[in-house]
Amino acid sequence: MSTAVKDTHAGVRSRRQGQFGQVMHRLRKNKVAMVGLVVLLLLILMAILSPYITPYDYAKTSKANRYALPSWEHLFGCDAMGRDILSRIMYGARASLWLGLMSTLVATVVGVLLGSLVGYYGGKVDNIVMRILDIIQAIPGMLLSIAISAALGSGIGNTILALSIGGIPMTVRLLRGSILTVRKQEYIEAAEKINCSKWRVITSHILPNSIAPVIVSVTMGIGNTILQAASLSYIGLGVQPPTPEWGAMLSEGKSMITKYPHLCIFPGLAIMLVVLCLNMLGDGLRDAMDPKLKN
Amino acid sequence: MANPMIEVRHLKKYFNTPKGTLHAVDDISFKIEKGKTMGVVGESGCGKSTLGRTIIHLLEATDGQIFLDGKDITHVDKHQMHEINERMQIVFQDPYSSLNPRQTVEDVIREPLKLSKRYKTRAEIDQKTDELMNLVGIDERLRHAYPHELDGGRRQRVGIARALSLKPDFIVCDEPVSALDVSIQAQVLNLLQDLQEKQGLTYMFVTHDLSVVRHISDDICVMYLGQLVETSPAKELFIKPLHPYTKALLSAIPSTDIDHPHERIKLHGEITSPVDPKPGCRFAARCPYATDACRQPQQLEEILPNHYISCCRARELNKDIL
Repeated sequence: MSTAVKDTHAGVRSRRQGQFGQVMHRLRKNKVAMVGLVVLLLLILMAILSPYITPYDYAKTSKANRYALPSWEHLFGCDAMGRDILSRIMYGARASLWLGLMSTLVATVVGVLLGSLVGYYGGKVDNIVMRILDIIQAIPGMLLSIAISAALGSGIGNTILALSIGGIPMTVRLLRGSILTVRKQEYIEAAEKINCSKWRVITSHILPNSIAPVIVSVTMGIGNTILQAASLSYIGLGVQPPTPEWGAMLSEGKSMITKYPHLCIFPGLAIMLVVLCLNMLGDGLRDAMDPKLKN
Repeated sequence: MANPMIEVRHLKKYFNTPKGTLHAVDDISFKIEKGKTMGVVGESGCGKSTLGRTIIHLLEATDGQIFLDGKDITHVDKHQMHEINERMQIVFQDPYSSLNPRQTVEDVIREPLKLSKRYKTRAEIDQKTDELMNLVGIDERLRHAYPHELDGGRRQRVGIARALSLKPDFIVCDEPVSALDVSIQAQVLNLLQDLQEKQGLTYMFVTHDLSVVRHISDDICVMYLGQLVETSPAKELFIKPLHPYTKALLSAIPSTDIDHPHERIKLHGEITSPVDPKPGCRFAARCPYATDACRQPQQLEEILPNHYISCCRARELNKDIL
């Protein structure tokens, strides 16, 4: 099997694309990942346009519509104060997506930088950075976010910071572990011998071969972050009412879940949709980065 | 040996382990002449790969000196390191871990060309890539293939092309054929020999396969637990091994003559640990001729022309052939 090289397969790659181009080429062929990407982009578009396209004002209360069930007038029903849930979900996408994506992005960027550093250099650097991360990890994630947002005050920027710091140690640990196995491979030594700079060794030889577990964990982590952001707003930190936010809507509806489940179901579905799309995209990205998998 | 290409003097490479200092390469000196092949043989773990890696600066020498064309290159800065890398390269043992699984054949060969700044235009790099692929015998249709789509022999050819891309004149071959099928071993060995003839390359060929080393080497070094025990021209070593360890090693080659099977020298005793070893010959513990004098540090001595041996009893033991 390995001796016979598939001509057709090599023929597809006749154009010169570079590593990034090849990954995108493979990703485009993955239907599931593309569906995830498209739906995600639509959700982001919806968030951006929400002030113009929501059917009702997200903050308008109405005594008559308290706990209204889904109907043609209010597709997703109304909440405890008679506010239209659909409008709140559409507008809430702004805070939720921004919080979820940004804090995960910040945590990932910092985590990948630190992880590459400790994985590549090892020794003292490794020891110092990992011990600091141990300290962060020793504090329960929720408590850490509460402490940080209490110290910095509420507001979306501070919430992003509070949520991302808790996510850094996990990313560093994952990446460090997989770099340590790649680091010993002979192609890293070969790369050093052909005068690759350290930056190039890390970015084009080590990272492409060790980033896969991080991608998976990041896509799984975003949903979690949205929920954590909800807990923060629940105790008065994070996003302030009346600005809607999916996680906060979910926790508000929790007490009424037996009587009026639609209060929880729709924000829950929204979070699930985002997480699902990201997982589909993340899996596709991971597979697209691995040339051993044939489509 | 008027102008050796590579010379090492009293080279040492020690590793700090939890148990103590591991003497992987201990006080080794030899010279390799330009255009020649030095075979380095020894059993697993005797430090032959470490020796090769230390010479080309993949590992830093603990002590001793390395000379390239008479210039001391033991300690170099980053800039000099780049120059050294353009003159000394390595072909790795394992063709499966020596190629980045995410680079195509072309990527692997182009990368050093791009980084070397010797070639200005893309067309020049393309042409050079074609030349290299041609030189090592990789088919054009494999240009965009990934390593996992190639067999061991082809992968090793890609590794050789990468090593040759910077036009080095000294290459350390670190057991380049030990991971390959026997039929492919011969192809790769012939390729290496052809390249040596065409480009005047100098090789240090690390292997534990005695038939391979006999086929390819001009001179042979025999190592035992980090020490150099014997070095001599290849032909002479197989006819006149002088060190007791070399004799035992060569007697392990199976005889193909059924009527005259040669006698296998069986060694007894414990293998000395290379961690914090006592002074003296490391082979003494297993040597049938060991005396108290063997526990003292040994000198490398030229017993026959270009035939050095590190054994205090060599002369008396080899009276009949000297």
